[in-house]
Amino acid sequence: MKSFTRELIRLVGRDAVLWRPEDLMLYEYDGLSSLRQPDAVVLPTTTDHVVGIVKFAAREKVPVVARGAGTGLSGGAVTPEGGILIGFSRMKKILEIDLENQRARIQPGVVNLDLSLAVSDQGYFYAPDPSSQKACTIGGNVAENSGGPHTLAYGVTTNHVLGLEVVLPGGEVIHTGAAHWGRPGYDLTGLIVGSEGTLGIVTEITVRLMRKPEAVKTLLAVYDRVLDATRTVAAITARGITPAALEMMDGFTLRAVEDATHAGYPKDSAAVLLIEVEGLLENVEEESDQIEAVCREDHARDVRRAKSNEERELLWRGRKNAFGAIGRISPSYYVQDGVIPRTRLPEMLEFIAGVAEKYKLQIGNIFHAGDGNLHPLLMFDARDEAQHQRVLKAAREIMAKCAEMGGSITGEHGVGIEKNELMPLIFSPDDLDAMRKVKSVFNPAGEFNPAKLLPSGKMCGELRVQVSAGA
Amino acid sequence: MSQVETQPMNATLVKGYGPGEAPTWDFYSKCIHCGLCLNACPTYRELGVEMDSPRGRIYQMIQVERGRLPLAKSFVEHIDLCLDCRSCETACPSGVEYGRLVEAARGQIEKYYRRPLLESALRKFFFHFLLPHRRRLEFAGRVLRFYQRSGLEALTRALLKPFPGRLADVARLAPRMERPFFTERLGTVVPAVGTRRHCVAFFAGCIANLSFARLNEATVRVLAQNGCEVVIPRDQGCCGALHVHAGIRDLARDLARRNLDAFLAEDFDAIITNAAGCGSVLKEYPLLFEKEQPEELERARAFSSRVKDVTEFLAGIEFNREMGAIKARATYQDPCHLSHAQRIRTAPRKLLAAVPGLELVELKESEICCGSAGVYNVAHNEMAERLLAGKMRRVDETGADLILTANPGCLLQLRAGVAGSKSRHRRVMHVVELLDEAYSLRSGHTA
Repeated sequence: MKSFTRELIRLVGRDAVLWRPEDLMLYEYDGLSSLRQPDAVVLPTTTDHVVGIVKFAAREKVPVVARGAGTGLSGGAVTPEGGILIGFSRMKKILEIDLENQRARIQPGVVNLDLSLAVSDQGYFYAPDPSSQKACTIGGNVAENSGGPHTLAYGVTTNHVLGLEVVLPGGEVIHTGAAHWGRPGYDLTGLIVGSEGTLGIVTEITVRLMRKPEAVKTLLAVYDRVLDATRTVAAITARGITPAALEMMDGFTLRAVEDATHAGYPKDSAAVLLIEVEGLLENVEEESDQIEAVCREDHARDVRRAKSNEERELLWRGRKNAFGAIGRISPSYYVQDGVIPRTRLPEMLEFIAGVAEKYKLQIGNIFHAGDGNLHPLLMFDARDEAQHQRVLKAAREIMAKCAEMGGSITGEHGVGIEKNELMPLIFSPDDLDAMRKVKSVFNPAGEFNPAKLLPSGKMCGELRVQVSAGA
Repeated sequence: MSQVETQPMNATLVKGYGPGEAPTWDFYSKCIHCGLCLNACPTYRELGVEMDSPRGRIYQMIQVERGRLPLAKSFVEHIDLCLDCRSCETACPSGVEYGRLVEAARGQIEKYYRRPLLESALRKFFFHFLLPHRRRLEFAGRVLRFYQRSGLEALTRALLKPFPGRLADVARLAPRMERPFFTERLGTVVPAVGTRRHCVAFFAGCIANLSFARLNEATVRVLAQNGCEVVIPRDQGCCGALHVHAGIRDLARDLARRNLDAFLAEDFDAIITNAAGCGSVLKEYPLLFEKEQPEELERARAFSSRVKDVTEFLAGIEFNREMGAIKARATYQDPCHLSHAQRIRTAPRKLLAAVPGLELVELKESEICCGSAGVYNVAHNEMAERLLAGKMRRVDETGADLILTANPGCLLQLRAGVAGSKSRHRRVMHVVELLDEAYSLRSGHTA
């Protein structure tokens, strides 16, 4: 055992440090990829632990990377340059629930859905709902500024974080934001949320809790042509209706989903829209009728309404498990994440079909259509290296098209080590320079989550994904 | 940094898996390491380390195959600590058959890893010497019954109390031996009450014949109340579930074949069990014969297609709703091998909803293991106790005075939980025991 390990054990206890290679091996991946192992994994339970670890890392001049559940898809929680990985899996206490003021104070390792479960009996929930919500942590959500299907109505993580406790690379502990409205000065909370662990390590979060709506209606619109489904998306919002969620799945994807979950998606259709409206009972009925009319104008073959809560949950389970369902039919796949203006969905779908043809790939489509957030699923077999290379080229082309349309290279999966070299597609050199300056104020030595988010300048705009066969 | 331990216990196996059943690419490649299983895994929830998560365990299986990780102590510890509760299968969007993978990995461990002497001897005694043999089990049961009833047990407990360690905890988990044993009923046929509508075979289990004899009797009565003629084949025996979970696959196959012979002799409408753990492996007998002894595969399929959990069977027929009222606030704990392995969640709830007077309160996290998991609560008592403590906190939230479940192992564990809690008056029952009580109240009322 190295003195390095001994020092960490002195700080947090023997039980909270992993240092044997056979253990560290298990931290060379997150939802994305296999890369370099950390030199140690530390599992703190208090902010003081984190401060101690960070100060020690600063003295030793080694990188520090924070990890929630490791469900991220852009490699935010792996250690491409080694160093200390701080795992928040044991820092998962809900510290305070204050329903009168609709807020909760939690540790970063609290699982997203567990927070909603803790307040559901009282009629509240935590709104950001990434598809991985049953496993991902809110600390990770803060780092990635995660969204989900209900982003359309509720916004992303940053809209639900009221305040943070953050440990900076020098070991200073700062408090940003406020539990209640009104705190002058710079919006540091907004800056930290979505900074992917490059500015500080969050050790406590105050979040907003939302009251459950009185009524929820879920509609499933079934189409024989993909184009018609994409047209409906723009048409609904053009009528001044904002659904709580507006999701699209193409025929290929929904067939995989149906086989996996038996949720009732019609397997012979070309596309479906999953639309949810919520609010007061009367409004919900009226909006559902309006939406149904719009769908039918755009040639929906059928519009179904979930009759029970179980039916609704089943439809959503299908949607939220969609990526995994693809795993059943393809040995490997690459989920892309891009954003475009929703009005250009029809055009984008044609483009993706063209890319699929050009690179001889099967590409499934699943979108948070309401906010123009695309998730093309590029299927391949990781054992076939040539195919893997074609996938990367195809994904790169789709990203470039998103940027060209005035969109973004990521809607919610983050940049991490996957897309940092693509940042120049959407930011000018001056934009990026401003970001670098911000980073240098908080993280001057660059030891917090190095090699992520911002382009290194060493590569020329490549996607970086290392897919290991069968894992 | 020190090297990965490189010395496997078995010198013939330097890298990768040995010959025989092993985790294979066809099955583990479905895992895309998305991590959606993590919070569903009891050991990950407690320990918070990847090595003890389903994703991490699969990753370790792959690394063993690739020769990056030896089939040695570290790997064995993490695979051993898995409850095989298969909660991760419910959580997994990719359809990874985790149970199949971990059982294959344990098969490899059993064949190619040498366990410490005492552990090895205990396993041999329990799995090989005792479980497969009815006479030996009965003898052990009688000795244990004498021990429990003569006051010797109380004495031992008092003597163990001052000692540190887990001996006292494990001692209180010993199942209570009931009199008379259900083994007396093997080879008999119980006629249907009223018109005979089904002819079913009852799978009685092994230890359950001794320590859950009353549950077995209740099950047979409930089936009879539902128009079933119940045949209890004489030559049946242990299902082999504990062997499959422990990786002792050759012996599990022997036990399976004995049951194929016993139950395929007649053409039953269904083969019924009240033990979720047994039911799950009985339904998966074909997996045992995929690679080894494939000549038995067809018979195994014929057998397994008839196996039904008692709750599944009853909920699937027009079951008898003539029940007396049972006024209680109850909650239901899903047995892992019923809800995750057999995907049966609504059937028991449907039956309970039919009991007049019963107020059913849903138990939060009822899909998380109580820590019983076959012999896990003895082999890994500390983890099992942690899980049980968490389970009892959730039970407390419901305010229920009746805890229902559908598997003998869970009954034992939950009873230990109640005995160690402040509200010791709470009853723990199998769903069919409650039905039996409800039926008897009704017939008592009309009589």
